Amino acid sequence: MKKKGLALFLMPGMLLLIFFLIIPLFASIGNTFVVDGGFSLSRYFDFFKDEYYLEIYMRTIKLGVVTTILATILGFPTAYYISRTNKKVRGLYIMFAVFPLLTSAVVRSFSWMVILGKRGIVNTVLMNIGIISKPLSLLYNEFSIVMGLLYLFLPLMIMSLVGVMENIDGDLTEAAESLGATRFQAFFKVVFPLSVPGLIVGSILVFTGSITAYTTPQLLGGSKAKVLSTLIYQSAMSLFDWDTAAVVATIMIVTTLIVSSIINMMASRINSSRG
Amino acid sequence: MYKNKLLTTFTLAVYIFLLAPLVIITATAFGTDSYLRFPPKGFSLKWVQNIFEVEMFARTFVISIQIAVIGTLIALLIGIPAAYALSRYSFKGKGFVQGLFLSPVIVPGIVFGFSLLKFLIIRFEMDIIPSLLIGHTIVILPYIIRVISSSLENFDYSIEEAAISLGASGLKTFFIVILPNVTSGVIAAFILAFINSFNNVPISIFLSGPGVSTLPIQMMSYVEYYFDPTISALSVILMIMTAVLMFAIERTLGLSFFTK
Repeated sequence: MKKKGLALFLMPGMLLLIFFLIIPLFASIGNTFVVDGGFSLSRYFDFFKDEYYLEIYMRTIKLGVVTTILATILGFPTAYYISRTNKKVRGLYIMFAVFPLLTSAVVRSFSWMVILGKRGIVNTVLMNIGIISKPLSLLYNEFSIVMGLLYLFLPLMIMSLVGVMENIDGDLTEAAESLGATRFQAFFKVVFPLSVPGLIVGSILVFTGSITAYTTPQLLGGSKAKVLSTLIYQSAMSLFDWDTAAVVATIMIVTTLIVSSIINMMASRINSSRG
Repeated sequence: MYKNKLLTTFTLAVYIFLLAPLVIITATAFGTDSYLRFPPKGFSLKWVQNIFEVEMFARTFVISIQIAVIGTLIALLIGIPAAYALSRYSFKGKGFVQGLFLSPVIVPGIVFGFSLLKFLIIRFEMDIIPSLLIGHTIVILPYIIRVISSSLENFDYSIEEAAISLGASGLKTFFIVILPNVTSGVIAAFILAFINSFNNVPISIFLSGPGVSTLPIQMMSYVEYYFDPTISALSVILMIMTAVLMFAIERTLGLSFFTK
């Protein structure tokens, strides 16, 4: 295809993205580095020196890490199970794992408000059994946010892992076992290392998703447990503090990029050390 | 292949975790009490009725549908040619262009929404609807490109070359040879993009204003003031919509797409 045709096919999209995504983004980010007409990182130093902001930042990271670990623990065996089912049944399993993904985040977070609320299921059951006499305050804290985030992103981890595990030849585990390995050993020495690429992708998706999510922390964390995304919204819409909002936004992007790079670097280390 | 009992039970537990909350909301939608309880007492359709009586729900539902449909159509117009160009040809700077088309995925939604608010609404005083359209179109564009690129992955381009050698122009070939073969991909891309636009919160929440809002945003405000089963009923309706659309994706693209 001639160059002109190629340009025609790509230009509209490129222009749309450059004008409405890239430029506004860089304008906001760029402004955070300008203080009194000159380049300065002072806004960032001020942010991290502030106890309130620092707590929010650490909480966001912590919730991201916890959610990713939990998603890995729950997702790995599940994905392995799914990848071992026959093709006909596998479609059903995937369908039931994908359905929550396509459901609105508002609906999914709301369901946890119903489960964890003072008159929610957990409290009702515990009180009926007699374990507690007063309802527990399970909502609007880090626990409820993690539950919501885990609920939101577990399907992503499962899907990433299934994709990779599907391609692992079942004969490999059988070969390992015929050479004397137990089922556990076969799993850990054969399947696990080969699944690492899927684990990398899944971890990046879950972690970055968790630290940038808005709906879930807003509904399940309320004003008591704030994270970076709800802080951005609060700064911009309630306090009209555009500067802080832009600073937090930049911090969020940079953190996302750094963590993704670290995870990717860890991946190549693992790959090269195994030779 | 062996089926380890422990593994099977574990997987079952995980699936219960994934599906139970949605089942629970469905059940609470039909209770008689005016607060959310599970198991619900009695059976009543009054909460479903209430959805239609809350004026903002009907209005924002329509707005969300309109934005999703128009946004998806625009994204398809932009994305299908782009996906074709990116998967078919190599050229200088292709990496940069691919990165550019991938950027909406990398930028956190909440950050994008914030910068759109500053740039479009405040600086350029654009109206809410066009701003929402632009934001949503950009957010769903990567989905279109991913699905169409995936459809074209195994395409035999020798058909295209044959057409060209027979005298058809590049553009004509695109319409006669390429497009008809990605139809099922287009349908799936439409549905996926539609769902993601309809459900979007981060962009919508910054751009929404007095009188103009989207359904998810309205639902969130409602939940923060009235904690009653109306939201459950609305959720059930949305879940039915999602299930229908999901079956459509299954028929066209196949759900294995999600594992790639």
